[in-house]
Amino acid sequence: MSLPAILLFLLFNYLPMGGIILAFKDFRYDLGILASDWVGWSNFEFFFTSQDAWLILRNTIGLNLIFLAVGLTLSVFVALLLNELRGNRLVKTYQTIMFFPYFLSWVVVSYAFYAFLSTRSGILNQLFHVLGLESVSWYTEAHYWPFILTFAAVWKGLGYWTVIFYAALIAIDQDYYEAAAIDGAGKLRVVLSVTLPMLLPIILVMALLQVGRILNADFGLFWFLPMQVGMLYETTQVIDTYVYRALSVTGDVGIGAATSLFQSTVGLLLIWGANLLVRRVHRESALF
Amino acid sequence: MVSSPTARLGRIFIHLFMLLIVSLCIIPLMAVFSTSLTSESDIAQHGYSLIPLRPDTTGYELVLKNPQTLLRAYGVSILTTLVGTLVGIVVGALCAWPLSRPDYPHRKKLAFFVMFTMLFNGGLIPTYLVTANLLQLKDNILVLILPYLANAWFIFLLRTFFQTIPMSLVEAARIDGADEFLTFRKVVVPLATPALATVALFYSLQYWNDWYLALLYINTESLVPLQYLLSRMMSNLDFISQNVSAMPAGVNMSSLPRESARMAMCLLAIGPMLFVFGYFQKYFVRGITLGAVKG
Repeated sequence: MSLPAILLFLLFNYLPMGGIILAFKDFRYDLGILASDWVGWSNFEFFFTSQDAWLILRNTIGLNLIFLAVGLTLSVFVALLLNELRGNRLVKTYQTIMFFPYFLSWVVVSYAFYAFLSTRSGILNQLFHVLGLESVSWYTEAHYWPFILTFAAVWKGLGYWTVIFYAALIAIDQDYYEAAAIDGAGKLRVVLSVTLPMLLPIILVMALLQVGRILNADFGLFWFLPMQVGMLYETTQVIDTYVYRALSVTGDVGIGAATSLFQSTVGLLLIWGANLLVRRVHRESALF
Repeated sequence: MVSSPTARLGRIFIHLFMLLIVSLCIIPLMAVFSTSLTSESDIAQHGYSLIPLRPDTTGYELVLKNPQTLLRAYGVSILTTLVGTLVGIVVGALCAWPLSRPDYPHRKKLAFFVMFTMLFNGGLIPTYLVTANLLQLKDNILVLILPYLANAWFIFLLRTFFQTIPMSLVEAARIDGADEFLTFRKVVVPLATPALATVALFYSLQYWNDWYLALLYINTESLVPLQYLLSRMMSNLDFISQNVSAMPAGVNMSSLPRESARMAMCLLAIGPMLFVFGYFQKYFVRGITLGAVKG
């Protein structure tokens, strides 16, 4: 029964895994993967001694950590607020609207952001003009982009994350709240001593699993929003866009493959470690 | 229920904060909508705005005068979404069903085989070379469908749903003489229809919003799906210029609604599906809450 899936996994997942030998080769299109010359670790050496390596790793890990911290905090906060409003008709409306960006592709999001950030006619610069501020050339100044990217990532994921935490909040047994009320606990006290502790395992599990994927950047976010402007690479180039450029622009196939292999291997170790920790926190949530 | 003034005040603040959050969620799309309805001269003069002050439909007219490109892209997207979702759900369900059966002897091995694809991958470059060179799928409509058919996350989501089906029903079917496939078709599928619908929606969202496979493997104009068409329009306005011949005579080149046409195209491309996905939102919510952790 599982044969079609097995076959597809073999073709599109396992066969390419064999292709990781490319990381140790000097790839030439005319020779193909198998016949290209072995070059040992030199592709890795080249990547890690290049000035790109530090920048790319910093951007990938740093930005992912910021997305995680801001995204988790905000969505837990919003879920707590919605929980306070439970029973109100508007809760459903709020959730529906917050979910909206989840259905958009990064291409469409880049259109919407362009309407705000365009230097000449963007809405933000018009606002700055009204306020008497200098207009900003968003698409050429790299130091604004960590903020823009964080905003975009959190914006798109907020509905999704809130759904998860809100569902966990609803599942909390009402008896705890009643007990707290009998003990005379105030609203804030209840949130701090009942709600948050009950929510902690799921928050921790979510965070750990995301940390396990810290080296994997969301390609669409980093590819479309900065519009591939070279001046922004300093803060927008991540492993995934670097590897894509290695394939399609610069032609450094071996180095790109080596970078990917590094990403996948460290990623595997991280997710494995994260899973070990998750098993301690919440057995049922573990991946394996 | 009687609430104290402070509690009421608190709720008002919560509503205000939520109002801020939900506005932030829709304002970016309002900007796209408004720009699509603004004339080029107004954009040049006042820039983009959130509310179209003087609604102007020349952007839409420009796109719809010569709709072949848009329609073809729609065709490609609809075809890949339909076929991908239908075949994907069959492939996924057929793999998930044995995984959910405690009496299937190779369950652990199969689960690991599926799971491992989530944990490790060969990376973009080997994947590209296998798909493009070894399988020769470049510029083939199949390349927009095949790579997403088998999806570990969806399979585990389906397995979670299937595990709620009581084994006694399966055994009853077997005693009645049904083989595995018949049991699956007559017992499992009817019971799991809501689950299958949920996962089908996730499949269709993935196919509909995909530009990645096209970016990698498609160079032929006739095979460009909607999202990829949009991404190319963002980086060059050639598409708009190609439509210039369709403009009525006497239209000044400088007032050609490039900006609004681009945004109009964006809205025409996403509009219909946005309603569809919005309508089925509760299925997405259920899928996410059930499978969140494993995703």
